[in-house]
Amino acid sequence: MIVRIAGEGQFRLPDNDAERLNELDNSAVAAVEEGNEEKFHSFFEEMLSLVESDGEAIGDDELVESDVILPPRDVSFSEAAGEFTGEGLIPD
Amino acid sequence: MPGLAGRMSTTIKAKISKMLDRAEDPAETLDYGYRKQQEHLQQVKKGIADVVTAKKRIQMQSKKLEEQVVKLDTQARQAVSQNREDLARMALERKTAIQAELQGLDTQVTQLEQQQEQLIENEKRLRAKLEAFRTKKEVIKAQYSAAEAQVMISEAASGVGEEMADLGLAMQRAEEKTEDMKARANAVGELESAGVFEDITQLEGGSSDIDRELAQLSQGTQVDEELAKMKAELGAGSGADAPALEEGEKEEAQ
Repeated sequence: MIVRIAGEGQFRLPDNDAERLNELDNSAVAAVEEGNEEKFHSFFEEMLSLVESDGEAIGDDELVESDVILPPRDVSFSEAAGEFTGEGLIPD
Repeated sequence: MPGLAGRMSTTIKAKISKMLDRAEDPAETLDYGYRKQQEHLQQVKKGIADVVTAKKRIQMQSKKLEEQVVKLDTQARQAVSQNREDLARMALERKTAIQAELQGLDTQVTQLEQQQEQLIENEKRLRAKLEAFRTKKEVIKAQYSAAEAQVMISEAASGVGEEMADLGLAMQRAEEKTEDMKARANAVGELESAGVFEDITQLEGGSSDIDRELAQLSQGTQVDEELAKMKAELGAGSGADAPALEEGEKEEAQ
């Protein structure tokens, strides 16, 4: 699977990482819903570490769409929360 | 993925397909988008440069601000020793505001400088991808049937479109941060010009707009704690025995 970290480019990950990444993503979402900033950052950090440790950077000459796009590394808690209340990081 | 990453992906992809679906020639559309982004990027970079300049100015002023912090602390002590908690509170509020602004400014400018570096990387990557796309498009056209070529070119274009959307997001965030920083730099400028109280007793009665703003800015709890500490240290509340201002200053000097 192809994963992008916003602002940092794309990585190719083994397909069996998808499940783990999905779990972490769900946990991060749960943390946002609980309003638990610390927990959110810790799950999000884990997602980034997984992509970095298992992922292989995709070259500039490879033109592919990502399966998953992660928010930028320095995403704030309020930005993350905004993704769920319509005030997304990307305006329409 | 329905989560956070899923939302990011869906929004970005929707944007890209909207942009490319309308295009007769995806290469032309991408080139046009790139030129537009270049212009925008120049503005973003200028905004960042302005903030860095403002930071340098503030760094030069920060010695003065730090001196003010010390002075305000002394003034608060004097006020406490004269049983003027209201005045002490005002001095501490101002002190807390200056400290918070100085600290916040530093962290945020560092973040902005990192964002600037990232923007430059982003832009390099997008340029390389566009270059690769132009080459690839010709190769595909030469090797495949028109129908196959169309599908492959459109897939490659989506890949480039995603890179472009990513740069767009990075620019937007840098711009927001820049605006925020400008406001902060102005706030520090105002604090600096507000200065220490010339005469602490003059504060009596009227508190200016800036003082009210400062009160809001400062964290009440920190002020409360500091005030309590000062009172304990100075043994305030002893009424007539409280040392006069001059004596307070002598104590400070020792």
